[in-house]
Amino acid sequence: MSLVELHNVVKRFGTNTVLDRVSLSVEAGEIIAVIGRSGSGKSTMLRCINGLEPIQEGRIVFDGETVNDPLTNLRKLRQRVGIVFQSYNLFPHLSVERNITLAPRVVKGMEREAARELAASALARVGLAEKIDAYPDQLSGGQQQRVAIARSLAMKPQLMLFDEITSALDPELTGEVLKVLEKVAGEGMTMMLVTHEMGFARRVATRLIFMHQGRIWEQGRASDVLAKPRTPELETFLDAVLH
Amino acid sequence: MIREFALNDVYYLLLAARWTLALTGLAFLGGGTVGLLVALLRVAPFAPLRIIGAGYVNIVQGIPLLAWLFVLFFGLPILAGVRVSPWFAATVAFSIYAGAFLGEIWRGCLRAIPRQQWEAGASLGLSFVEQLRHIIVPQAVRVAIPPTVGFLVQLIKNTSLAAVIGFIELTREGQLTTAATYRPFAVYIAVAAIYFAICFPLTQWSRRLERTLRVTR
Amino acid sequence: MPHVRRVGRIGTGRMKYTFNFRDVWTQWDYIAEGIGVTLLLAIITMIAGLTIGALGAAARVYGRPWLGALVAGYVEVIRNTPLLVQLFIVFFGLPSLGVRLDTMTAAFIALSVNLGAYSTEIIRAGLEAVPRAQIEAGYSLGLSGAQVFRHVVLAPAIRIVYPALTSQFVLMMLATSVVSQISAPDLFHVASIIQSRTFRDFEIYAVIAGVYLALALAFKLFFATIEHFAFTRR
Repeated sequence: MSLVELHNVVKRFGTNTVLDRVSLSVEAGEIIAVIGRSGSGKSTMLRCINGLEPIQEGRIVFDGETVNDPLTNLRKLRQRVGIVFQSYNLFPHLSVERNITLAPRVVKGMEREAARELAASALARVGLAEKIDAYPDQLSGGQQQRVAIARSLAMKPQLMLFDEITSALDPELTGEVLKVLEKVAGEGMTMMLVTHEMGFARRVATRLIFMHQGRIWEQGRASDVLAKPRTPELETFLDAVLH
Repeated sequence: MIREFALNDVYYLLLAARWTLALTGLAFLGGGTVGLLVALLRVAPFAPLRIIGAGYVNIVQGIPLLAWLFVLFFGLPILAGVRVSPWFAATVAFSIYAGAFLGEIWRGCLRAIPRQQWEAGASLGLSFVEQLRHIIVPQAVRVAIPPTVGFLVQLIKNTSLAAVIGFIELTREGQLTTAATYRPFAVYIAVAAIYFAICFPLTQWSRRLERTLRVTR
Repeated sequence: MPHVRRVGRIGTGRMKYTFNFRDVWTQWDYIAEGIGVTLLLAIITMIAGLTIGALGAAARVYGRPWLGALVAGYVEVIRNTPLLVQLFIVFFGLPSLGVRLDTMTAAFIALSVNLGAYSTEIIRAGLEAVPRAQIEAGYSLGLSGAQVFRHVVLAPAIRIVYPALTSQFVLMMLATSVVSQISAPDLFHVASIIQSRTFRDFEIYAVIAGVYLALALAFKLFFATIEHFAFTRR
């Protein structure tokens, strides 16, 4: 059984169809890079998987549970699906430690001490162990993003979603975040990343998906898809992105 | 002789509301003048002037309106040996009070105009007063309208305190009507309803003005 | 009859007035009691007003439409009618519906309901100022709605509106003077009593004004201190 399945998913914002009968299957351990122009539906697809956006038609299944079923306990599901956004979304009024330990303590009922240890190890994984008592506004963009990753990892999810997490960063800070992503991938996490980082996609992803006008236009092994685009739309897109 | 609370009484309440509005108008004129002065004092490039302005605002805002009313209505006659009418006491007290609040609001609006506007005026050779007159104030006035209308609503409500020194306005009329009809609940609900009918449209207008302002910025 | 001492004079010739603050000072124990009542009213009202405000704001921003409309109605009615009239309705009006209240309870209810409405609006602005993105992040971590509200939204919201909220509180403390009109034994009422005994109208009300000013300053300092310790990180 696949970890994530999308069956003919349709998502509309008003009259605008953003996802147009998208079907997809993700196995555990896969690293999926999703590329495409803005408005192609890639971020929306991610946000539908953890239930942040409702869908109009179709089914989304995560680990056997139907995400879009109104009876599904989304809270429980979201403990198993981590998501990191483009603009970090760290809580500015909480320290790094409290940002990371909030969910484990409040949702899982973890004790303070145990939670702090958990935070420390999560931070060590992203290379920021010494920042545990700092506040978000004392960190650079890249550091904030790494803390955001640590925060999601601390909940020990089965799937991690990354929505253009390096797009808002200064170029010199992107590298440290990508390194962390590689590390997490190497540890066997199932990941779906919406990204513009083609080099990273080619190196790390097991599958590349190109989305266009709300549909999956091309998909396959990253190196294959990027080297030999089969459709003019992907060619145009790669031309524009890889100039 | 207790009479029934009838439509007739509501009519008299409405008539009394005229004085509420009249007092509000006078207070707004008086307070507006003071407020203008205060706002200008507070943005003056001369520190002692700014301190006077700030002092006025902080002192007036730190004393209850009732105290101003009583000092003027009860205190002044004894102090200066003059007879003070409720009209005089209320108008002066509200003008002093409104002046502080309007001054603060308008100062905020003046300060909301970006530095660059002042600098542009200065680099054209305009004096402080000329910059104020031709560049800053016209822009500030637009920004000032929504909160000023909002304060007008406050003023209308505050005039109810004038009842305490015997000034005949809506609330005082309500007290008199209650004494005559022994129906306090009905009377004061009617009084509240009339205030609401006056204030609510103004509040909505102030909100609409604010929204229009935000859109055009 | 207290001995009249010439403490100061203004005016020349026909217009003479001798200030006598001594008469006022001899009544300082009454003044102190009045201060006590005013402070009691102010503090309890602030706590109640804050609570009502937080609940009301949450209801308007996150609650069902009908609940939000109810709260909006409450806020509009209170904010568009005078506090004095609200006080009269509670103290004079309710008895005719069978609810008889003593002066302090009526005062407390009217003041709290009034402050609650203003607080609701202020806190609501704060809640709406918290970026959506953070709320989403909270939900994405598996937090429930109530948990997101408590841990992610409330603290930043109050920090944002702290100045407006505390100004409103200070204004309310000054506004407690209206309860003197239903003979609640607050500071302003004490002033009237002293006035009726000593006929030193100007002195007593000037002194009372000064006391209120001092109280307002004290509260502002108090709030500034809280802000420093609660919101500034050590």
